[in-house]
Amino acid sequence: MQDFDIVIGLEVHAELKTNSKVFCSCKNQFGQAPNTNCCPVCVGLPGALPVINKKAIELVIKAGLTMGCEINELAIFERKNYFYPDLAKAYQISQLVRPICLGGHIELKDKDVRLNRIHLEEDAGKLVHGTQAIGTLIDYNRGGVPLMELVTEPDITSADEAVEFLTKLRQKLIYAGVAECKMEQGGMRCDVNISVKPKGSDKLGQRTEMKNLNSFKSVYRAINYEANRQIEIIKNGGQIVQETRKWDDNHEKSISMRKKETSSDYRYFPDPDMLAVEIPREDVERIRKSLPLMPDQLKAKFINEYGLSEYESDILTKEKDLADYYNDVLSHYNQPKIVSNWILTEILNKVKDEESEEIKISPCDLAKILKLVEDKTVTRTNAKEMLTRVWENGEKVEALVKEFGGNVDEEALKTLVENIIKNNPKAVEDYKTSDTPEKVFRWFTGQVMKETRGKANAAKAEEYIRELLK
Amino acid sequence: MNIGEMTLIELADNIKAGKVSSYEATKYYVDKCKEKASLNAVLEVFDDALDKAKEMDEKIKAGFKGKLAGVPVIIKDNILYKDKIASCSSKFLEKYVAQYNSTVVEKMLNEGAVIIARANMDEFAMGSSTENSAFGVTKNALDPTRVPGGSSGGSACAVAAGLAPVALGTDTGGSIRQPASYNGVVGIKPTYGRVSRYGIVAFASSIEQVGPLTKTVKDNAYMLEVLSGGSEHDETSLKIDVPDFLSQIKGSVKGMKIGVLKEIESMIGGLEVENAYRQALQYLKDNGAEIVDVSIPSFSLTLPCYYIIAPAEATSNLGRFDGVKYSRRSAEAKDIDEIYVISRSEGFGKEVKRRIMLGNFVLSSGYFDAYYNKAKKLQQKLKNEAKEAFAKCDVLLLPTTTGEAFKIGEKANDPVSMYKEDLFTIMANILGAPAISIPYGKGKNGLPLGIQIVADCLNEGLVYNVADFIEKGYRG
Repeated sequence: MQDFDIVIGLEVHAELKTNSKVFCSCKNQFGQAPNTNCCPVCVGLPGALPVINKKAIELVIKAGLTMGCEINELAIFERKNYFYPDLAKAYQISQLVRPICLGGHIELKDKDVRLNRIHLEEDAGKLVHGTQAIGTLIDYNRGGVPLMELVTEPDITSADEAVEFLTKLRQKLIYAGVAECKMEQGGMRCDVNISVKPKGSDKLGQRTEMKNLNSFKSVYRAINYEANRQIEIIKNGGQIVQETRKWDDNHEKSISMRKKETSSDYRYFPDPDMLAVEIPREDVERIRKSLPLMPDQLKAKFINEYGLSEYESDILTKEKDLADYYNDVLSHYNQPKIVSNWILTEILNKVKDEESEEIKISPCDLAKILKLVEDKTVTRTNAKEMLTRVWENGEKVEALVKEFGGNVDEEALKTLVENIIKNNPKAVEDYKTSDTPEKVFRWFTGQVMKETRGKANAAKAEEYIRELLK
Repeated sequence: MNIGEMTLIELADNIKAGKVSSYEATKYYVDKCKEKASLNAVLEVFDDALDKAKEMDEKIKAGFKGKLAGVPVIIKDNILYKDKIASCSSKFLEKYVAQYNSTVVEKMLNEGAVIIARANMDEFAMGSSTENSAFGVTKNALDPTRVPGGSSGGSACAVAAGLAPVALGTDTGGSIRQPASYNGVVGIKPTYGRVSRYGIVAFASSIEQVGPLTKTVKDNAYMLEVLSGGSEHDETSLKIDVPDFLSQIKGSVKGMKIGVLKEIESMIGGLEVENAYRQALQYLKDNGAEIVDVSIPSFSLTLPCYYIIAPAEATSNLGRFDGVKYSRRSAEAKDIDEIYVISRSEGFGKEVKRRIMLGNFVLSSGYFDAYYNKAKKLQQKLKNEAKEAFAKCDVLLLPTTTGEAFKIGEKANDPVSMYKEDLFTIMANILGAPAISIPYGKGKNGLPLGIQIVADCLNEGLVYNVADFIEKGYRG
């Protein structure tokens, strides 16, 4: 492998986060009963016409702006004609000549990957293969779901870079509210174009394409497999055939699907049912101003303004949901470092233990608990216990406070401290004579906590002890 | 007055005034459809028409005053009317039941129309004689040995033969105006976008429009007002106010500038229509109109331009008829490729196949620039030329066809001569401009000829005014 350069270009499809489909008012929603979320437009009935969903255009512009794309002033929709049963009209409305976004790039650790374009198109339905007796059925629910397609330049040179690129892209799309990128639902799919060439050569090799990879793991494996396959062929004096190959995740290999010679001519032409879309510069600026902070910007803010470490900021910004959660907690309890510590340890441990994404305590409740720790109403240990109880049983913080702290009234606490001092004259003596009186002092507070099972207000307890030991 | 003698406006007024019931009118026309079944103008008379008429009578009694309250209407078979078959005169859609109403049907129903039948047509509106219908040719209303024109041949014949006071057609390259001319009725192709195409089975989306075929120009103006208006389901429909077309008929052409195309002058010598064309011009001149010489130098290229753009769009529009979903699937098909190939081979007629192939050719890579792109550039050039012409005149006067209706079978095996039927009409589609055909003069067999009035986009009012004036002069 070290004698060869690998050249990779990606085409990434992501379903846009709109309420309705791209050319009709059907809901854009995953997981409905088959063919229940369709209308004349998205099942391509005769006479039905597409009407563009402006929100979808806005989201593609948004995506483009997060990646430094140029936004075309005029976007045109074209028909891509081909026959396939999941494509109801026998053409897909897509964009060829004038996509919404041109150029742009995504920064990786070591390089910029240039983008060729981002355009808007419609998703197709889905074939459902049943038993022999049932045959193949079609579910058109997904037909007409808005899809952005991003095409990179062939700047990627390894499986690792490809995955790094996709991770960054996914983060940006989620942060900008463009797409949810739920890969397991097909919300983000990737086609990989790959070729190899002798190290340092500036002549590109013949490429193959692998379509519809729907996990980063598949992308990673498929690239490595395909690069090796091509290298082996060349080493053995063979020639790479330009073709589309299918990645078989179960057997971890790619299989030839169709050779380029027989591939279809899509006969693109402007869709006569649609108007060209003008994109005024004011709209682009408005959208630009509405963009939330991207992960890199947010990370910088966490480091510079909140004093978090690079490591902490990295983890907190990796997933938008977590970053949002962190910011939410801060809005109730503005102690960035403390909140970060708790999230990175307690919260993420729980998430990890349960192998779920869900944080089962509201930002507001977590803030409440942290405030109780700060004013020493509860101890750290008890706070963790409270967190567990909220997490597991959905109990209320207010109710838990009664159990874990703050409810030993001041008179009772005073009496308790008096008794402890009265019953431990030796310790009192030690305190007065010891070289390390604080150690003895801590022994006393420990006794108070033990007696109250941690419920005593530590600050109050310390105050009484100090007074009585004077 | 007999129901059959009333114009659309008269019938609508009589029904509203309670002098004629919708039931009587509908019964009259339903019976006529059945009586004249041998014309093969309609493919189906809707069996609920009389019930709908009765319902409408109740509504009218209760005060309903729609523009078409209780008026029977026939629609071309490519216009969707919910729960009714819309076959486009194709075997492919022989049993296809519309799942929703087209915008035009919705608008007519809102105004109280009773839709009584669907009219025969050339398959998927491709043709100029209705001979391409999978369900047999329609006969000319005035001479059963001759074609009614096409593709809206059934609609034109229906109005001429008195099967309805009004029928809807669609016009992609003359498909309303040419049959109107052959049957001696009035037909308009409105400005592109004036009428929504939602629910019209598409042939060539960028140039086609729905329009009415009527007995008189005023009826036509009255009807177009009902059909007009943008639809939220159609991006290409114009979201502008609908004018009162009738009020734009002034009864005078004094001072109007009537454009005569130099290019027509050079073609018309010796054509059957020449006399009628010259007489119409003279008549307008005698009544105070100014005749202006204008030129659209690329006029003769409208036909090739059309036969690139229209098949290109058609081939894509007809892709959805693939045997997978609602359309006919061949019993022979054993796998997905056979479903496509055999179903389409069996389902489409010869002319449709010819245009699908033509369209695929002009769109295919390597030919796209040479054909499709060039045709689109030519279209733009024609628009620019027309703009100059319309700067010098209010309307253009053109013949509709070269002569009277031809014999059934006469051109059936000569597609190019059939395509030339649209020589004078296609320009309006390429320009998106409104154009009307009105009867004027007779051919050598005593059959009607037609004169076309074309205006710049959105100027239907000018078209109607001149048409009405010519109609008055011709009919007396």
